[in-house]
Amino acid sequence: MTLQLRFFTDAEFEIVSAAAERLIPATASDTANNHPGARAGGAIDYIDRLLGAFAVDPPLVFAGGPFSGRAGGTASFADFTPLSPFEELAWRTRIEGSSGLVEREFNGPVIGWQERYREAIAMLGEDFTTLDGEEQDRRLGAQPEFREMLYTHSCEGLYGAPEYGGNPDGSVWGAIDFPGDVQPRGYTDDEVSGRA
Amino acid sequence: MPSPTGTTDCDVVIVGTGPAGATAAEVLTAAGWSVIMLEKGRNHLLSLEAPFDPLGHVSNDEIKFLRRHYLGPDPFLEPRTFRRRESDGDRLFTGDVNNLPSTVGGGGFHADGKLPRFREVDFHARSELGPIEGADLVDWPFGYDELEPYYAAAERGVGVAGDHTENPFAAWRADPYPMPPGPDMFCALLTSDAATKLGYHPYRAPTGVNSVVFDGRPACNNCGFCGSFGCPIDAKGDPVAPLRHALRTGRCEIRTESIVHDVVMDSTGRRARGVRYLDADLVEHEVSAKHVILAGGAFETPRLLLRTGLGNPDVVGRNLMFHFQTIVLGVFPYRLHGHRGRSVTHLMDDPIVPDDAALAAARDAGLSYFRGGIVEHGAAGHPVTEGIHLPRGAAHSQMMIESMMRDRMAVFTMQGEDLPVASNRIDLDPHVRDVYGLPAGRVTYSPHRHELACAEHWAPRLESVMREAGADFTFWTTSPPMEGSFADRPGFVAPISRHIIGSARMGTDPSTSVFDPWQRLHGVENIICTDSSVFPTSTGYGPTLTIVALAIRAARALAGLDPLRSSGPAL
Repeated sequence: MTLQLRFFTDAEFEIVSAAAERLIPATASDTANNHPGARAGGAIDYIDRLLGAFAVDPPLVFAGGPFSGRAGGTASFADFTPLSPFEELAWRTRIEGSSGLVEREFNGPVIGWQERYREAIAMLGEDFTTLDGEEQDRRLGAQPEFREMLYTHSCEGLYGAPEYGGNPDGSVWGAIDFPGDVQPRGYTDDEVSGRA
Repeated sequence: MPSPTGTTDCDVVIVGTGPAGATAAEVLTAAGWSVIMLEKGRNHLLSLEAPFDPLGHVSNDEIKFLRRHYLGPDPFLEPRTFRRRESDGDRLFTGDVNNLPSTVGGGGFHADGKLPRFREVDFHARSELGPIEGADLVDWPFGYDELEPYYAAAERGVGVAGDHTENPFAAWRADPYPMPPGPDMFCALLTSDAATKLGYHPYRAPTGVNSVVFDGRPACNNCGFCGSFGCPIDAKGDPVAPLRHALRTGRCEIRTESIVHDVVMDSTGRRARGVRYLDADLVEHEVSAKHVILAGGAFETPRLLLRTGLGNPDVVGRNLMFHFQTIVLGVFPYRLHGHRGRSVTHLMDDPIVPDDAALAAARDAGLSYFRGGIVEHGAAGHPVTEGIHLPRGAAHSQMMIESMMRDRMAVFTMQGEDLPVASNRIDLDPHVRDVYGLPAGRVTYSPHRHELACAEHWAPRLESVMREAGADFTFWTTSPPMEGSFADRPGFVAPISRHIIGSARMGTDPSTSVFDPWQRLHGVENIICTDSSVFPTSTGYGPTLTIVALAIRAARALAGLDPLRSSGPAL
């Protein structure tokens, strides 16, 4: 863990890490291209930044543009963009839940991701990190909707741009042989059409 | 508000800034008219101050564009609902239903810009091919020959790269494309070579992406974040080109985050005075105008008509069409680097022109014929999408390295013609609301057996092309999923197609259509629609170039300009 946590406690971070590792484990270290597990791939850092998006301003929802600096140009992804009032309403509701606020409940109450994570962590149990894999899978399997959300968020963290908190230094992209964002360099015509 | 002198705020107010509205704005400002454009989304496309440069918001960012609704509509703020048929109850699904971007530039923003013309027969399919039971198939009120010069103008305005010599099924044309095609993607070379060997006729796709510097914008540099994203370097002309042209006249104003909720009619009900809209603080405003142009797309335009009670109530919202997408996936034993290039570089039209086998299969299905659509020779998606589609657990990470669902996958998407059926419709959901307090749009849709039979006929043939190209194994699915198939799961029942067509069709008879052949609302003097709501049929081609061509035609007529004529005989 290299980033300052914005939402999870250290104990929560450990439990979510152990759970996500069951969904996305590292490849065996003797393979040529080692794919990190969810934890080393930054998935939980990504989720922490998603759930704690509004701890900073502008919130960590939409990365800046047009370039990251990885392929030339001035690095600007890390400068997150301000939200419109309606976008803030949508993302606060998704993350924090509707909390009884009228403006967030125009189609009824919404349980936020923060609450869903906290409840799921509680159900996984304080002893979750000490369990064997089979028991961890059983407890995760008892919460299939949470497991699906955790998996989806982990994929976003591992394979999305590093500025969102996961995929440290593009290391997961490297493992799967994906170059990531390439503007403003792009690809040459030969790179597009050729076999190599 | 109307000024005390009785003049209006502008000559024309345009609802929507996608290709339909942008094109109308370009034509009308060039003719000296003043235009106010109202866009419900945010502006990420271009500065609204001269010289109208890119804003720098667009980036190669899968999270922002594919996971977080950056271009809108956010399905929480503006939910849409879906059901297959009335017997499903009020709805099967609430959320993202055909969410074409809601932002300055509209659907053009995220499209990868395949811009084919329709064929001659598409305008007279009912007369020439015959009716089909259970479908409300009609001819268009004009033919291809009349539209040809408008297609040419659309290609020049947007900037289309292509080679007119390659597609044997193409309609006649008087001019070559304004630009040569860009570089061929490796995966499309494999699949198009295989298709040729098997007797099909692939060609390099006409694409609204610069292959050379054009209209002051650079050539595409093949970044690969094309379809579903936006262009970070302005190499894609649709619809930045017409918007910039309109803005440069000084007669076009774009108001963003402006949600049109009402059309203001005069006391006779035969003339619009303007529109009312809500701004980002939900404060109501009114714009008065001599003319109102509806260009919110074939989902939002009927929704507005239904809310305001305008248009033939027996027709508005009905005959909703998408393209019935048959998606054929091939996994190759080596990497195809489909992330380099413009998402799709080759098409083929063979399923649009039925051969003997297709006619026999149609007869077996009780149809006199069926027609599919263009087959896009494309690549697979990006890695977040790949990861989500792969299984979780022990095998996941090794599968990501081997990348059978991304770097080793080629994809055919057939944009199958979807027949007009009156019960397929958009209406207003009885309960679900958007954040502005307006009833959500609801889709009721299930495919005609024409679409199903056509998909079942072509999918195995396209799998054969994939295997000929070198794929180890292949599989296929459709969108929307066929009922009872492996893809038919709760939450995945709605079509993913962003081609939305036909929901307020045009025609000569006010009892069976909403707009007249010049796209004027029947019975009202000064409301026209320039989006794909007016299409009488979907055809098997992407709708955008035809939207632009029709918008040029309708806007020129509105401004009293002479009809365009083809520049010469067929090439």
